[in-house]
Amino acid sequence: MIEVDRLSKRFGPVTAVNGLSFAVGPGQVTGFLGPNGAGKSTTMRLLLGLDHPNSGTATIDGKPYRDLVEPLRVVGALLEAKAVHTGRSAYNHLLVLAQTQGLPRKRVDEVIDLVGLRDVADKRVGGFSLGMGQRLGLAAALLGDPQVLVLDEPVNGLDPEGIVWVRNLMKYLAGQGRTVFVSSHLMNEMALTADHLIVIGRGRLIADCATEEFIARSSQRSVLVKSPDATRLTELITAEGGLVTPDNGQALTVGGLPAPRIGELAAREGLILHELTPQLASLEEAFMELTRDSVEYDTRTSQPAATTVEARPTKGTR
Amino acid sequence: MTTVASTPPVALAPASAPVRFARLLLSEWTKLRSVRSTIASLGLLVALTLGFTTLLTSLTVSQWSRADPNQQRQLMADPVSTILGAGFQLSQLTVCVLGVLVITSEYTTGMIRASLLAVPRRVPMLAAKSVVFALLVFVVGELVAFPSFFIGAAILHGKAPVSLGDPGVLRAVIGGGLYLAVLGLFALAIGGLLRHTAAAITGVIGFVLVLAPLAQLLPGSFGKHVHAYLPSEAGHLIGQAHQRPHDLLTPWQGFGVFCLWTAVLLGAAAYLLQRRDA
Repeated sequence: MIEVDRLSKRFGPVTAVNGLSFAVGPGQVTGFLGPNGAGKSTTMRLLLGLDHPNSGTATIDGKPYRDLVEPLRVVGALLEAKAVHTGRSAYNHLLVLAQTQGLPRKRVDEVIDLVGLRDVADKRVGGFSLGMGQRLGLAAALLGDPQVLVLDEPVNGLDPEGIVWVRNLMKYLAGQGRTVFVSSHLMNEMALTADHLIVIGRGRLIADCATEEFIARSSQRSVLVKSPDATRLTELITAEGGLVTPDNGQALTVGGLPAPRIGELAAREGLILHELTPQLASLEEAFMELTRDSVEYDTRTSQPAATTVEARPTKGTR
Repeated sequence: MTTVASTPPVALAPASAPVRFARLLLSEWTKLRSVRSTIASLGLLVALTLGFTTLLTSLTVSQWSRADPNQQRQLMADPVSTILGAGFQLSQLTVCVLGVLVITSEYTTGMIRASLLAVPRRVPMLAAKSVVFALLVFVVGELVAFPSFFIGAAILHGKAPVSLGDPGVLRAVIGGGLYLAVLGLFALAIGGLLRHTAAAITGVIGFVLVLAPLAQLLPGSFGKHVHAYLPSEAGHLIGQAHQRPHDLLTPWQGFGVFCLWTAVLLGAAAYLLQRRDA
């Protein structure tokens, strides 16, 4: 269980994390989503005790990371920035970490096999590709068999096969009842992996909800209508409470009414429809729309563009 | 994938503090032995020390007749300091560089983040690193100080005979390794404070090689005192058989001053390590 409470971090004039509160529970993959620069990595570094917050707390099973006695047995972390001495072999890197926690050499061999680095275990890390580096980072995270995993952009630099592997690994670990907290700036990737989403922008919480709910709320329910009787249809739809935006000539974009209802209205009045198409914004578009707001403006409420997901400040109540 | 947890988590109570520190010592030892810079630096230390001891003492013997009587007297009064000085004057720089690298390489590669995730209290990591590094340099330092002394003594034998049994000589030779060990810690502390390899190496070499001649330019007793209390100037007194007439400090006092400098800098490095974002 990860709990973040009113966490703030400033770097000079820049507020990277701004009064952020959320909780991450066990048994599911929780995605931590936000555009680049939203404060995801900083939040994770604060959680892991690498940075000191200006205010607020971040705890793991009720304790600040600094108070964990054998931290790698409790939390496994993969950081976005490399955290490996390039002159050391993969095996020795893992051995160094294992020895700090009193873990046996056997465990080092196990995680090397698990992430598929057996063939290069004795090679210097400096020569590793990005993908091999990520695998080594995952091996380090899994070393202490921790119940909590904090992974910052784990699929970065992986080939498609590696991406599927990481995705499955995260689901598998969550299925064992572990807490899996994984950041990404790719909405589609998270839609495939995460059960729950925490979305931030500019260091503030934008959404904290189940992924399904996020997707449902993100899909713009507008309908494209084409009709030679556009003017008459506009009146009907407006009367029913729909919002019509004329595209050009015979085309209308209708919000607030589902497609079947528009079809029924037209049939009742005997109007001809040439096209009646529900429009679904892609997740990626919805996410960009949602976060663009928080990138450009300080207050989300001032922007009508946020037709997708309204802010839902939650405080660790799930 | 079933191997994720094939070693079941050891759900026993966490180990006691001494056991955990012993683990950190082992881990820091693995760090040291598993990078090339350690072997390269210490190899160079051995080669340069023995090489320069041989070269400079041989030159001293061959040029003996041209040396002025003052120099001859000084050398005969304390041959061991000439022998050790000849060997270590240049080779000590390898210990400076390695001491800096031991910590700055963690920052430049990002390894420091992995280290601090494993030891979130941070200071025990620095303590373990310091202990292991100082012990390694001490052992290698002694392994090179004794051969260096025997080579030098053999070469100087005809002009300035000296043996381990002479007063202060054994202490001076052992002092060679002690000096290098503390010098390594001194460099490590500056590396920890500055976190950048180039800046830290420049800083350490400035302290060791540049400040001393500068301080000698200061006038009168003030300059003499500043010079005497500079870290490496005070520190290398331990490599002399006895206090010379113009020395302000005895060998042990000088070494104490050097240790104090190092302790203060290490303390500052530990304080900043805890305070700063990694």
